[in-house]
Amino acid sequence: MLSAEMLASAIRLAVPVIITAVGAIYSERSGVINIGLEGMMIAGCFTGAAVAFYAGPYAGILAAVAAGAFFALIHAVASVHFRVDQIVSGVAINILAYGVVRFSSLSIFKMATTTPHVDCLPKVTIPGLAAVPWLEPLVSKVSPLIFLAFLLIPFTAWVMNRTVFGLRLRSVGEHPLAAETLGVNVYLMKYCGVLISGALAGLSGAYLSIEHTQMYVEGMTQGLGFIALAAMIFGNWMPLGAMWAGLLFGFAQALSLRVVTEAVPYQFIKMVPYILTIVVLAGFVRRSRAPAAVGVPYERGEAA
Amino acid sequence: MTNTTPVLQLQGITKRFPGVVANDRVTFDVGAGEIHAVVGENGAGKSTLMKIVTGLYPPDEGCIIFKGRPVAFRSPGQAIAAGIGIVHQHFMLVDAFTVAENVILGAEPARLGVIDPKTSVRQVSELCDRFGLKVDPAARVEDISVGEQQRVEILKVLYRGAEVIILDEPTAVLVPQEVEELFEHLMALKGQGKTVIFISHKLDEVLRVADVITVLRQGRVVGTVPAAEVTRERLAEMMVGRPVLFDLKRGPAAPGGVVLSVEGLTSVNGSRAVLDDLSLEVRAGEIYGLAGVEGNGQTELAEAIMGLRPVTGGRVTLLGEDVTNLSTGEVRRRRVAYIPEDRHRRGLVLPMTVWENVILGVHRSPEFSRGGRLLFRSILSSTEEAVRRFDVRLASVLAPAQTLSGGNQQKLILAREFRGDPGFILASQPTRGLDIGATEFVRQELLNARDRGAAVLLISADLEEVLSISDRIGVIYNGHIQAEFGRDEADPRTLGAYMTGARTARREGGSVAS
Repeated sequence: MLSAEMLASAIRLAVPVIITAVGAIYSERSGVINIGLEGMMIAGCFTGAAVAFYAGPYAGILAAVAAGAFFALIHAVASVHFRVDQIVSGVAINILAYGVVRFSSLSIFKMATTTPHVDCLPKVTIPGLAAVPWLEPLVSKVSPLIFLAFLLIPFTAWVMNRTVFGLRLRSVGEHPLAAETLGVNVYLMKYCGVLISGALAGLSGAYLSIEHTQMYVEGMTQGLGFIALAAMIFGNWMPLGAMWAGLLFGFAQALSLRVVTEAVPYQFIKMVPYILTIVVLAGFVRRSRAPAAVGVPYERGEAA
Repeated sequence: MTNTTPVLQLQGITKRFPGVVANDRVTFDVGAGEIHAVVGENGAGKSTLMKIVTGLYPPDEGCIIFKGRPVAFRSPGQAIAAGIGIVHQHFMLVDAFTVAENVILGAEPARLGVIDPKTSVRQVSELCDRFGLKVDPAARVEDISVGEQQRVEILKVLYRGAEVIILDEPTAVLVPQEVEELFEHLMALKGQGKTVIFISHKLDEVLRVADVITVLRQGRVVGTVPAAEVTRERLAEMMVGRPVLFDLKRGPAAPGGVVLSVEGLTSVNGSRAVLDDLSLEVRAGEIYGLAGVEGNGQTELAEAIMGLRPVTGGRVTLLGEDVTNLSTGEVRRRRVAYIPEDRHRRGLVLPMTVWENVILGVHRSPEFSRGGRLLFRSILSSTEEAVRRFDVRLASVLAPAQTLSGGNQQKLILAREFRGDPGFILASQPTRGLDIGATEFVRQELLNARDRGAAVLLISADLEEVLSISDRIGVIYNGHIQAEFGRDEADPRTLGAYMTGARTARREGGSVAS
């Protein structure tokens, strides 16, 4: 069961969750819940595929990042600036993105639910390691975005713990008033956090449509944005934790794709990764620790 | 001692808020290198004044001269950049961060945006050494004591190079030992040439530590006097505007039968015993004062008695009836009044109106409701009467409780709890954060209740309060009563020795004393 092919498949399925979850860390650590990740991924999926169709995969990926960030900007303006409830704003983003994408798809390609086939980025093969038979499926002909996703983990940990930006971002999510009295620009930090999360959700969408399926299909995100949010929480708001949670989900999904049995209807097997997510969240989340001020809108000059 | 060159001059500062003049032509000088206390009752305008000085509010009139030049800060950031820093009463610390991270936040030592944790820890520990402030720079703020957290706040200000350090009610959150340490730190800061502005309404502290005292009343400066030339009585009179009775009207106690009996009470929090075989008795017509450093089981004892915390061993008996582990509602129905230590969280529902708060918990009584319908006429007249009797100053009983000042909120709680003549009163930190007038009022009400025959269990971190109104005193340490005293046998030093655990377990004068 635990073959290298299986592991490679788990990683391919985990990558969109990991990228989005790492993005969610930036948003949540700045104190903003981003439940609109799903919508931002959808925007990234479609925009990526559509632009890649006309201008190639590189442009497609950049456009997907921009599309995710654009929807994140709406979320930031609403929830940071106008202090709209973050859940309400995020849900609205999800609905909005779905509608905008369907409309755009229809008007550009005359098809509501798919785009034509697109080219993906050139696959990467690591020369030395690919010769090792057992490692071969893991290191040959792999999407470069998979490497990028795993580079994001240590990079994000470094940003959070070692940089001025990371310290200020976290301070804003923990105690914005304290940060403000020390001259930290609370709104700027929150905007940065939300925009980065949107950009990465867009990237994750591009991975799905350009790299994974090589076309956009409506509903292809399958709730991965929500799963990513759960993975981020399960991972205790830490990049490494989010990675493990993402891999767990990817593994469960890879497994569910390989289980073929007459005894259990196929639909039930497809549910396994999602049920696993719920069980894991219910069982472990109590031990995790959220940023103290997450979800609380901050008003400048309040209290003090 | 006192340097006469003023470092900070306030000239005619006036600040108006709708309906109230918070500061009215406030003028005084703060000399360089002195400890300057600003005292006044709650609402006298101390905090507003400090917010103006640190740039949080602009003054409507008047000007601030700092080091000989007029300044107009538009944010606390500008004030601290110029050299005026403030330590807020409610700390502004990120609990999840380390001490060093809290100190450097906003002014990080970094190269190209990258922080070197070793450098920041070293810088903070150098600062600690220089000013004698003991705190571990690598510890998380949530793991250190309140006294240490306050040092972190002072470090934050010093790190930014402040010359004038304002401390807003710094002793309100500290236990007696920590207050001593704070005063040593203030002396050390003064020794290093810093100027300290100390906001307080505790006169004994002010007289001990300050060089010069400015008294505010109703937004105006009543006077600025050298600490050496003024008495506590005189200061109190300046603050309140009338002579203050420090000795409350109290007759001898006439203790009756046992009302509350706690026997061998034990309660655990996780694996730690927070109440450890605790026993005490409170009789009708006496005040039993429970002294102790906070965090030694006082909160848990109150919760255990009120049915807010499960008891794992021992018994609580009220008038001979076992009430151990009964629900709070069942305990309260036995003519029990409860003044919780945290009036914001447990005493009142702040966003609810005054009248709603007054009937809270008794809203089902036939006086106030019938068949699920509230009887407004009866509620309002009863509320008006309670408000009048306890002299709660408010605009309207229809206003939310959070619009009341701290003292009036506490009076509102008394108005609710003292209805129907309670037989047992559990008063937890009843005067915390209150000004002199309200403190005097609350203590007198407790004495009056005792004279009407109520049994009063007073839990207080304020040793002076325990000594001034208790008939008997118990000292709690590590969840256990270490010693009991009659009121005349107790002196602060002996109590202090038991409070800190320097002396343990003793029982004497346990029965009746007055």
